[in-house]
Amino acid sequence: MNMHAQPQRTLAETALIDAFGERLSLLPGDGAVMVKRDDAIEAIKHGLPTRRVESWHYTDLRRLLTSVPAFETDGIAKALDPVLDSSAVLPVLNGVSNSKLPEIDGVTVQRLSEKLTDGSVAPGLDRYGADDAIGALNTAFVADGYFVDIADGTQLEKPIELQNLQSGGQAHVRLLTRVGAGAKAIIVERQAGEGSDALISSVSQLVLDEGAEVTWLIVQEQPDTATHLAQFKAHIGKDAKLTLFIMNAGGKLVRQEVVVRTTGEGADFKLRGINLLAGDTHTDTTMVLDHAVPHTTSTEVMRNVVTGKARGVFQGRINVHQYAQKTNAKMACNTLLLSDDGEFSTKPELEIFADDVVCGHGATVTEIDHDHLFYLMARGINEKTARGLLVKAFVAEVIEELDDEALVEALEARLDGWFLTHG
Amino acid sequence: MLEIKNLHARIVDDGTEIIRGLDLTVKAGEVAAIMGPNGSGKSTLSYILAGREDYEVTEGDILYNGQSILEMDPAERATAGIFLAFQYPMEIPGVATMEFLKVAMNEQRKARGEEPLKIPEFLKRVKDAAGLLNMDMNMLKRPLNVGFSGGEKKRAEILQMKLLEPKLCVLDETDSGLDIDALKIVADGVNALRSPDRAIVVITHYQRLLEHIVPDSVHVLYKGQVIKSGDKSLALDLETNGYAGVIGQAA
Repeated sequence: MNMHAQPQRTLAETALIDAFGERLSLLPGDGAVMVKRDDAIEAIKHGLPTRRVESWHYTDLRRLLTSVPAFETDGIAKALDPVLDSSAVLPVLNGVSNSKLPEIDGVTVQRLSEKLTDGSVAPGLDRYGADDAIGALNTAFVADGYFVDIADGTQLEKPIELQNLQSGGQAHVRLLTRVGAGAKAIIVERQAGEGSDALISSVSQLVLDEGAEVTWLIVQEQPDTATHLAQFKAHIGKDAKLTLFIMNAGGKLVRQEVVVRTTGEGADFKLRGINLLAGDTHTDTTMVLDHAVPHTTSTEVMRNVVTGKARGVFQGRINVHQYAQKTNAKMACNTLLLSDDGEFSTKPELEIFADDVVCGHGATVTEIDHDHLFYLMARGINEKTARGLLVKAFVAEVIEELDDEALVEALEARLDGWFLTHG
Repeated sequence: MLEIKNLHARIVDDGTEIIRGLDLTVKAGEVAAIMGPNGSGKSTLSYILAGREDYEVTEGDILYNGQSILEMDPAERATAGIFLAFQYPMEIPGVATMEFLKVAMNEQRKARGEEPLKIPEFLKRVKDAAGLLNMDMNMLKRPLNVGFSGGEKKRAEILQMKLLEPKLCVLDETDSGLDIDALKIVADGVNALRSPDRAIVVITHYQRLLEHIVPDSVHVLYKGQVIKSGDKSLALDLETNGYAGVIGQAA
C-alpha cells in the first residue's frame, strides 16, 4: 500500500524546482544567502501548502497555483506616475531595480542585489514559520529590490513610492526599509503590471525604531493574469506608530500576508484595508499580529466589496503574549456581498496569554441597505448610480480615516478608477 | 396635478393592508394638508407616492399630471418632479453631502436633457439656498445627514427640495422635532416654493405647522381613507375638538 506516500508533484511545483536549477547561477548572493536559498527550495520540494495547513485553509495554494510562467528576459514594464504627487519613485521593473538611485535628504538607498551579493541581508531571509510558503518562494528566487534607510530624526517631506511592476513572467522582489528613531515617512508600495501570465512574490520588511511614525500604503492593482504572493513584515519599536493601508484591486490569485510585531512599549499599529474583488479571482489577506510587550495598541478594519464570482479571505490572528499586559486590540471585517456567486470567508483569531487586556473582534456580511438606496433614488439618482455611490461610500469610510487630504484624494481616485471599469 | 383614485395598498412583507380606498385630488398651486391620528396611514401614503418597494398597490391608481406613476421607480418619479421630504431622513455614512447634491441635481438635469451644472454655478445655488435656510456650509461638508440634529436634517430636506425644484412636494411630518425658530425657518422655506405650477402636500399630526404654512385644503385620514375634507378651518376644529368627533361622524 502506498497510502502514506508523498502525492505526485503538481506541474507548478515541478516548474518551480526546475526553474531554481536553471536560475541558480544567475541569482546574486554569498555563501550565507545561498544556504538560505537551498533551505527555501527544500521547503518547496516538500510541497506547496494545501487546505490541510491551517493558515492556508481558505487558499489551497497547491490546487490554485495551476501553472508557473517562465522568467521573461525582455520585460517591458515601465515606471508609473506615483499615486501621490511629488513622490520619489524607486522602481523595480520585471524584478530588476534601477541603477540610478534618487538623492533624498536623510535617506540612503541601495539596490538589494548588492546586499544579496555581499550577504548583509542573509539573516532577514529566514522564514517566519513552517507554513511560510511565500517567504520560501521569495527567498529561493529573490534577485533584487531596494534597501531604504531613513536616518534618525528625518522628517520626510515627500513620500517614497516603491514600485514593483511586471509585464508577465516571474519576478521575486524584496523591499527592506528601516525608519530611524523619531523619523517620519509616508511610503507607497505599488504592485502592478500588465500583460500575460505572471508569478510575483514580493516581501516587504520594515523596522520602526523608537518613536518613528510611518504610513505605509500598499496599492495592489495587478491584472487578472497575475498570481501575486506578497508579505509585509514589520517590527514596531517603543512609542512608534505604523499605519498600514492595503488596497487590493486586482490579480487572479492574491495572498497578502501581514506579519507584525510590537517590540517596544507604547507601540501602535493600525491596519486599514479595502478589498475590491471582481471576476473569477481569489484574494486572501492574512494577518498575524504579535503584541509581544506590555502597553501596545492595535486596530484593524477591513472593508470588502465582492462582485462576480470573486472569492475573498481575511484571516486576522492577534497573539497577546503572556507579559503583554494592558494590550488594547480591536479588529473588524465588514463585507458587502453584491453577487450570488461571490463569497468571502473571514476568520478572526485571538490568542491571549495575558490577563489584563482589552481585545475584541467583529465580522459582518451585508447587502446594500435598501433604505439608503431608496433615499438616494427618491432624489432622482438612478439605481445603478445610487448603488455605485453606496458601495463607494462603504469603502471610502476607511480611506477617510487616514485623515490626510492628499492621501484620501489619491486613494479615492484609485477607487473611482476601479468602479469605472468594474461598476 | 395629483389624483389618487380608490387606492388600496399593503405591506409587502406581511400583507397588512394600510391604505383602504383612498381618494384625493390636489391641483397645481394648491397646498393640501393631510392630518390624522397615529397609524392612520399618513407616512405610508407619502412612501407610496415616492415609490418605496416595501408597499404594494393592490387596487386603484395614482395619476400625476394625468399619467399613472405606479410602474415608475423612485428615481423616475423624482425626475418627473415628485419630491418627498422624509420624516426621518436617512444618515448615509461615506456619502459626502455636496457630492450627493451635485449627483442628484445633475442626474435630474440629465434626465430632462439639460447640461450638467458647472461647479461655480452649483456652489452658488447651494450657498444661496443654505443662506435662506440659515444653514452653515460647513455642515454640508459632512457625510449626508450624519451627525445632523433632528432640526438640521429637516432643514437639509428643505434645502434639497429648493435645489431640485420639484413640481409635487410631499412633506412628511416636517414639523416633528423642530423648535419654534427652526419651524419658522422651514415654513418660510416651504412658503417661498409656493407657486401656481407647484402643488404641496403637507402631512402633519398637529395644526401648529399649518399656522405657518397655511393650507388651501385639509383632509383627514383615518384607517387608510380620507374621511373628511374641508378648508383650513377644519384643521382648527381638529385642534380644538380632537379627531374623535370627525371619526365619530364618519363611522
